[in-house]
Amino acid sequence: MNFDWLAGEAGDIGNFFAWHAALSVIPVVAALVMALPIGWLVKQSGVLRPALLGIAGLLYTIPSLALFVLLPLVLGTQILDPLNVVVALTLYTLALLVRTVCDGLDAVSADVLQAANAMGYRRFSRFFRVELPLAVPVIGAGLRVAVVSNVSIVSIAALIGTPQLGALFTEGLELHFLTPILTGIILCVALAVSLDGLVIFLTRQLTRWQPRS
Amino acid sequence: MITFKNVTKRYDNSTIAVDNLSLEAPKGKITIFVGPSGCGKTTSLRMINRLITPSSGTIMLDGQPTEAIDLARLRRKIGYVIQHAGLFPHLTVVQNIATTARLIGIAKKQALGIASELIERVGLDRTFANRYPWQLSGGQQQRVGVARALASDPEFMLMDEPFSAVDPVVRHQLQEEFLRLQRDIGKTIIMVTHDIDEALKLGDQVAVLRTGGILAQIASPQELLSKPADAFVADFVGRDRGYRYLGFVDATSSLAVAAEPAAPLGTEPSTARALTRDRWILVTNAAAQPMGWVDLDQQTGPIRESDLNLSGTLASQSGNLRQVLDAALSAPSGRGVIVGTSGALLGSVRLAEIVTAIESAKAVGMGARS
Repeated sequence: MNFDWLAGEAGDIGNFFAWHAALSVIPVVAALVMALPIGWLVKQSGVLRPALLGIAGLLYTIPSLALFVLLPLVLGTQILDPLNVVVALTLYTLALLVRTVCDGLDAVSADVLQAANAMGYRRFSRFFRVELPLAVPVIGAGLRVAVVSNVSIVSIAALIGTPQLGALFTEGLELHFLTPILTGIILCVALAVSLDGLVIFLTRQLTRWQPRS
Repeated sequence: MITFKNVTKRYDNSTIAVDNLSLEAPKGKITIFVGPSGCGKTTSLRMINRLITPSSGTIMLDGQPTEAIDLARLRRKIGYVIQHAGLFPHLTVVQNIATTARLIGIAKKQALGIASELIERVGLDRTFANRYPWQLSGGQQQRVGVARALASDPEFMLMDEPFSAVDPVVRHQLQEEFLRLQRDIGKTIIMVTHDIDEALKLGDQVAVLRTGGILAQIASPQELLSKPADAFVADFVGRDRGYRYLGFVDATSSLAVAAEPAAPLGTEPSTARALTRDRWILVTNAAAQPMGWVDLDQQTGPIRESDLNLSGTLASQSGNLRQVLDAALSAPSGRGVIVGTSGALLGSVRLAEIVTAIESAKAVGMGARS
């Protein structure tokens, strides 16, 4: 480790870290907001459900680099626009979370749903007051996967020049210099672990009703 | 009043679950739907709050057809209790109960107030208020389920096998408390059960359904036991129906209770023998409550607790002939012990007198048939 280099680059590294965090988190939040209604609709779709979830799964198989390069053509953005990364990651996360939301809603017991229907909940309030709170444990687990995998996919965006911790890897490779690479790895892991911890914390706050072992 | 008028439920245009059902569930009374599995009892129940839509026919609440009422509003008028309670796992006991009150538009604070009163009403301690459903036993969950149905003070209640998922001791307790509660609240209730004993015990009126959703008979428990409409009903009501019928005959009017001498623990056999008519002496505690019988032929020293024969059951003063008969049959002395409301000894009745009372009850109650 070359600490002199670290001290000199601290400002840039801090900047990369902030970008990396933002590029990881914003798509998760955006995708979650979209996945809730879409997941609910897919759950209602009956026979179409396996097909719809299959399409969502396929979306995930598109290589991320290809998506980063293709999106400017679709969106009309600049190739270096961070928006490309945000949109691409939102799509990936959405593909993951639609299935998660569906599974979460499935986890609500039939007795509870029948009771809610019989009590006279309308669909909308049943969703927000009964189904969604009970789906939180499953959705929380899906969010953990989404957040951590986003942290790793974001670094690939270094290849198209978006500023984030991945830039330290390309820099290290070009300069045959290990310090930036190590720094990048350590910060990526730290970011992933802390975001994961944040999701665990929030999930726990929302599921105080669950038995704690 | 809940009225079924020619209600039929058909699945896939072939399987008939409920076949042209017409009946009335009178206001303030408990009507029980009972029958073997596949008789359409649960389907019939769920058609009332339209969890299932009838294929044809009309169900009316106080004369108003249910299809004319907005679905959510209809359901909010009807309390609903199911087998496994179906409590919301993410809400505490008090929040669970308050949900139905909230749904009919009662403010949150007031709803929680109603809910905490109901916790005690259904026989739970107030300390349960802030527990979550997983922290409760099955019987406790069921009580919360009943409280939740009551929180909106609905005029009608539907109960789908509410007591069948708990053990027999708790079931008996819940049934007794439910009857006590119903005496206060007087809701119009329809309950589904597969257990004929439960039906006869709780129902003011029992509708026996047969496979294919056909109404076999609707009658009071007494009538069902004494005048089953056909072989199916007779068979379903069961083998002990003659004996069970006695459960509906009031004992107090037809029986003279004779004085029964009693002795406390510690009594010498010679003293006891002077008191009683035969070799059996009844032992009572300080509150005059019967503890058991002692066979004086076997007794050598003063009567101790371990000498007591505990086989005899007790019949309450306000009880029925079935209880009195059982008390006499189970007592080693052949005398059925009668107690007052506080459990204190009133006296005893001999088997022969009970049989006479049964004969006269039959002459009155079943005379029309024989």
